[in-house]
Amino acid sequence: MSGTNRYHRQTLFEPIGETGQDRLMESHVLIVGAGALGSGSAEALVRAGIGKLTLIDRDYVEESNLQRQQLFSEQDAYEKLPKAIGAKNRLNDINSMVEVEAIMADAGADLLSELAPAIDLIIDATDNFDIRLLVNDISQKFEVPWIYGACVAGYGMTFTIIPGHTPCLQCLQEYLPSSGATCDSAGVIQPAVQHVVSYQVTEAMKLLTGNRAQISGKLIAFDLWKNEHMEMEIEKLKKPDCSSCSDNRTYSHLSYGNQTKTTVMCGRDTVQIRPQGNMASLSEVAEKLRSNKNLHLSWNPYLLSIQDGDFRIVLFQDGRALVHGTMDEMEAKNVYYRYMG
Amino acid sequence: MHLVINGNSMELGDEVSSVTTLLEHLGLAEKPVIIEHNRDILKQEHYRQRMLENGDTLEIVHFVGGG
Repeated sequence: MSGTNRYHRQTLFEPIGETGQDRLMESHVLIVGAGALGSGSAEALVRAGIGKLTLIDRDYVEESNLQRQQLFSEQDAYEKLPKAIGAKNRLNDINSMVEVEAIMADAGADLLSELAPAIDLIIDATDNFDIRLLVNDISQKFEVPWIYGACVAGYGMTFTIIPGHTPCLQCLQEYLPSSGATCDSAGVIQPAVQHVVSYQVTEAMKLLTGNRAQISGKLIAFDLWKNEHMEMEIEKLKKPDCSSCSDNRTYSHLSYGNQTKTTVMCGRDTVQIRPQGNMASLSEVAEKLRSNKNLHLSWNPYLLSIQDGDFRIVLFQDGRALVHGTMDEMEAKNVYYRYMG
Repeated sequence: MHLVINGNSMELGDEVSSVTTLLEHLGLAEKPVIIEHNRDILKQEHYRQRMLENGDTLEIVHFVGGG
């Protein structure tokens, strides 16, 4: 494909034009999370023709993702393909002109700090506030804007955070649900996902094409099912002593002690364990466990799955493990160390 | 008391006279919410003092984590 016609309808759109398209094609966007929101944003931005996309995700595709995570297929779920890989495959099929970098990892402070200097914009597609507050610190430290987005049931919310201009997420910390309270069982419908994605991608396009004056500047929330739409000016909530964006900033979420080692995953009956130190390779672990007839092992090039009665441990190459079948961090560690001790 | 909350008209009993009593009535007393009262954003420490009048407009939103 020559690519000359590819972005025609988008460049016809006057606020973008040829100049905006050129800017888009030089931009590098980081999307943290390749679930529902991440799939939607990634597909839209890759179709729009950004220069480079970096996508970080720690999880793999399951059947229950397919109702809303638009980049994945039944085959991906069958193969338990890591989401970062499945997403990259599909995105390359959609637009081979965009460079897609897929990172299968937990988005920690070190990884984000390494990536941030080359990034023009971060899109939030995560599912918890621990990681969002970390992204927020990164955004302030490296002066990269980021776009918060989240949804549950028919409800969604988004806000564009521009360092030096808007309040940041840390300014709003007293309004954030306490840890664990975000894991609810209310489910989510796909249009709510798409609605948040629409806001996030449009804000991204404005920022990346040099249309900053069009940025909404408002906290936007909606409930599609209840027919509600809310917009708020929250400039007044900027905190003069904020630990992330004030003159007295300390970036408290970037310090090592604040990084979670075990995480209960939202609404999934799953705990993630991130061990320290060097890990045995997946094939070594598989070899060691093969003689245990009570276990059912299965694997692909990226992960090893160990079924032990009601529990299932999924081990990744980087040493992380997901323990399915519990939301108790201690129980998860016990199951994990049964085989990995 | 007649209020417009998130665009919806609501008739509420006399026990609702302030933002605090409204949140209790809506079952949101314990939930961290951001409130705009007649287009004025309220800081959390000012919730209690803010009295409501007939016809007031409120926007009430809460953060969610899913994505």
